[in-house]
Amino acid sequence: MRSLIDIRDLTVDELYDLVNTACDIIDNPAKYSESCRGKKLATLFFEPSTRTRLSFEAAMYELGGNVLSVSSGSSSSAAKGESIADTAKTVSCYADIIAMRHPKEGAPFVAAQNATIPVINAGDGGHNHPTQTLADLLTIYREKGRFDNLTIGFCGDLKFGRTVHSLISAMSRYTGIKIVLISPLELKLPSYVKKDVLKKNGIPYTQTTDLLSVMPELDILYMTRVQRERFFNEEDYLRLKDSYILDMKKLETAKKDLCIMHPLPRVNEISVAVDDDPRACYFKQVLNGKYMRMALILKLLEEAGR
Amino acid sequence: MNVDSIQNGIVIDHISAGSGMKLYDLLDLDNLDCSVAIIKNVQSRKMGKKDIIKIDADIEVNLDAIGYVDPEATVNIIKDGELVAKKVIGTPEILTNVLKCKNPRCITSCEQELDHIFKLTDKSAKMYRCIYCETKAK
Repeated sequence: MRSLIDIRDLTVDELYDLVNTACDIIDNPAKYSESCRGKKLATLFFEPSTRTRLSFEAAMYELGGNVLSVSSGSSSSAAKGESIADTAKTVSCYADIIAMRHPKEGAPFVAAQNATIPVINAGDGGHNHPTQTLADLLTIYREKGRFDNLTIGFCGDLKFGRTVHSLISAMSRYTGIKIVLISPLELKLPSYVKKDVLKKNGIPYTQTTDLLSVMPELDILYMTRVQRERFFNEEDYLRLKDSYILDMKKLETAKKDLCIMHPLPRVNEISVAVDDDPRACYFKQVLNGKYMRMALILKLLEEAGR
Repeated sequence: MNVDSIQNGIVIDHISAGSGMKLYDLLDLDNLDCSVAIIKNVQSRKMGKKDIIKIDADIEVNLDAIGYVDPEATVNIIKDGELVAKKVIGTPEILTNVLKCKNPRCITSCEQELDHIFKLTDKSAKMYRCIYCETKAK
């Protein structure tokens, strides 16, 4: 049974197919409005989430399907001690496809091994969040028209930011990619990502603590939130959370066609004044996430023969 | 130094010197009731020095653990005092229940029934990663 646990589960060709399907959905929504008639998506969210869960649910409704929802671990059998494996087997009896978010890393993988229906990883702790990467990729494609020959700056929390790791991994498969890593020293990209992804794929990268100095060279600026829940120590969080705030002043030297992205939610790392700038793409990214989830649900259901 | 030969059991030979105790611990040999000999720094023509473990009982050992500690180690099966089988394990691709994932955020930290499985991700560096959370084995 084909599932999506890690963005690397998809080949470059499959990613292009998903992007093309998503673009077709955007252009011809009516064509897809009955595609999942009679099908059910189970959203199993064992960790708080607003956008991702709503995005999956909106995606399924726009495909004409229905949604079964568990909104928190405390309201499910998991609270009684049920294993992920048993939950996956049980939900397979009710639904056609599962979207799972879980605070423990690897939980959706365990679900996929035990379910008889496709499982989509909707985020597992600080590990993977492949559908966010799909949203990012569609945004890059629609804003830039290509995946190659781009200089991409990642700014903020590059240590715990799973969306950063996944997008770097996805983009490292294309040619002409340059990566610029902008972060406080405490939140640098982990060395294993540099070694296993960037160096292994021959992707040139630079590291800096100074956003302004690299701004003019960027085609894409991917901002991230310094997440409170990833810190063990509140003091460290308070000291670092305001390190990199993007405002109109900092954008003065940026390219006119810079694409500013952010996985959201933001706290204060992008000034609200930037929202009205045509280079701000983070709310388009949210919408693109829904279209890519629609494309993914269609693909996995089709491959499962459902 | 002489250690009696065994009648029925297993001799793990050609363990690189100094790795015998690590293997002893990984195979949980401390909990066996039978005689177990660990011989350190034995003179070897091929290796200079080596460790040997002799287990005086016909038990199943986790071959992956042996290959993980030393892929060149040989496992000799002894029956009625005779050598009936000899094999070199090599580097295992998968380790099942040899190592525990140390990542407190890994699903294996809370689901007790799950096997702890590590996959060889870099053969030259002999690097294994947890198949669930991708944390490096330590």
